[in-house]
Amino acid sequence: MIQTFAFYLFALLVIASGVFTITARNPVHSVLWLIMAFFNAAGLMVLVGAEFIAMLLVIVYVGAVAVLFLFVVMMLDIDFAEMRAGFIRNFPLGIAIAMVLLAELVLGIGAYQAGALELGVPDGSAAPLADASNITSIGALLYSKYIFLFETAGIILLVAMIGAIVLTHRESPEGARGHQDIGKQNRRRPEEATEMKNPEIGKGIEL
Amino acid sequence: MTEFFQSLGMNYEWAWFVATLAGVLLIALPLMLAVAMIIYVDRKVWAAINLRRGPNVVGPFGLLQSFADGLKVFLQETIIPSASNKGLFLLAPIITFTVALLAWAVVPFSAKMVLADINVGLLYILAISSLGVYGVVISGWASNSKYPFYSAMRAAAQMISYEVSIGFILVCVVLFAGTFNLNAIIEAQRGFGLGVINAYVVHPLLFPMWVMFFISSLAETARVPFDLTEAESELVAGYQTEYSSMSFALFWLGEYANILLMCMLNAILFFGGWLPPIDWEPLYMVPGIVWILLKTFFFFFMFSWVMATVPRYRYDQLMRLGWKVFLPLSLLFIFLISGYLMLTRYAV
Repeated sequence: MIQTFAFYLFALLVIASGVFTITARNPVHSVLWLIMAFFNAAGLMVLVGAEFIAMLLVIVYVGAVAVLFLFVVMMLDIDFAEMRAGFIRNFPLGIAIAMVLLAELVLGIGAYQAGALELGVPDGSAAPLADASNITSIGALLYSKYIFLFETAGIILLVAMIGAIVLTHRESPEGARGHQDIGKQNRRRPEEATEMKNPEIGKGIEL
Repeated sequence: MTEFFQSLGMNYEWAWFVATLAGVLLIALPLMLAVAMIIYVDRKVWAAINLRRGPNVVGPFGLLQSFADGLKVFLQETIIPSASNKGLFLLAPIITFTVALLAWAVVPFSAKMVLADINVGLLYILAISSLGVYGVVISGWASNSKYPFYSAMRAAAQMISYEVSIGFILVCVVLFAGTFNLNAIIEAQRGFGLGVINAYVVHPLLFPMWVMFFISSLAETARVPFDLTEAESELVAGYQTEYSSMSFALFWLGEYANILLMCMLNAILFFGGWLPPIDWEPLYMVPGIVWILLKTFFFFFMFSWVMATVPRYRYDQLMRLGWKVFLPLSLLFIFLISGYLMLTRYAV
């Protein structure tokens, strides 16, 4: 009973937040609704017993990606009127993408119904390890059967990361404004940074 | 506890519901009381290090100071800036406070005293603590004021930076324990040091991890020396600038609940949680909750001690420490620890 209630609660909230994400007038509100949708999707994952995926969804998407997203959207100065004006122009494109997604969804469900795919059984009896938590099961598959795919994904991410650093890194030459030598800052001691002066009254000091 | 309510003649669903509700209240109410007392402790320790007296007027030894402050903010007027985004402005402190309470669901106070003994407990805590930043970011944006906005930007960058290294440090502990369940992590520490000491921290590969975890937990809870988000010399009061009355108090309570949680995590992950420090039979006579609270209190004292002695970091220094020191070091230690475990425990 409580599972059914929780499912409908989470599902309803995911759909409602999805709708609000695209209808909200303020882009910051849009992002916040998107985060709400992520969070409830994690709730759905917990309900189907995939608690590891649910936690990763919250840690990676809600905790890191969406924070950066929010960060950028908050700092952008977006003209709402102009954004609205583009709606009619992009409408055919949007419909086209929606149709493609719908077709894929129908195809996917059709293929699953046809039973040609090996997707395991709902009670988990075909899992690689019997009676293991889903962290152990995912680990057992990821590091044996799919090791090359996993490592390829890692290498792609590494290349993307290095690319981002190379594109944005700017070496500031010695003596330039904003150049910092951390080693030099750490080596500084009070004796060389400050100087005791004992000026006579009414005379002042030469700096 | 479900069995107890079932024995009172309820069916399973209702017994479960009432037991969970009772568990939530049994954690949340003492936690609020603990927060009130720990604020008093913080001020007393801080005062003692500064050679002052600290709060000593309300009640014996000033023990009721926090309650007086609570009553004061409760009676104050809630001011909502006219240019603010009202809904989000009021939502932000509620988010901070709720998220600070959520994480306590998986904390084991002793072998049996845990509300939700789930097998992804550590990941749950990581997930919930990464939500904490939303309260700060939303409040900074919704206030529609310069200083809170700066503070929100700082908080977002700071939390993400230190979460990365905290994640890697937790991986090190998980490698040793072989599980994400907090109770099992504590159990794995029984007799870990030479068969006598119940703590991970004694291992030469894990001690540096603990030092980094302690510093990262200071940064994660935005305590001195990493309180750049509310640096009063630069940002007035940071994201709290526009807040007053209970909305301000909710930030305050949430912040201290988070600090207590981080202290408790230090105790659970590296100091054996509810196990006594030494694996010696008579010490097990003391209930586990006493040990874990003593350890948590010790770490809270260290937090106050740091707050009273260390000056604030510059923002670029904070970022440098997170990304250029902690991140590579924790990655190196994951490598070393997995290598060590492959050599000793999983040697074929």
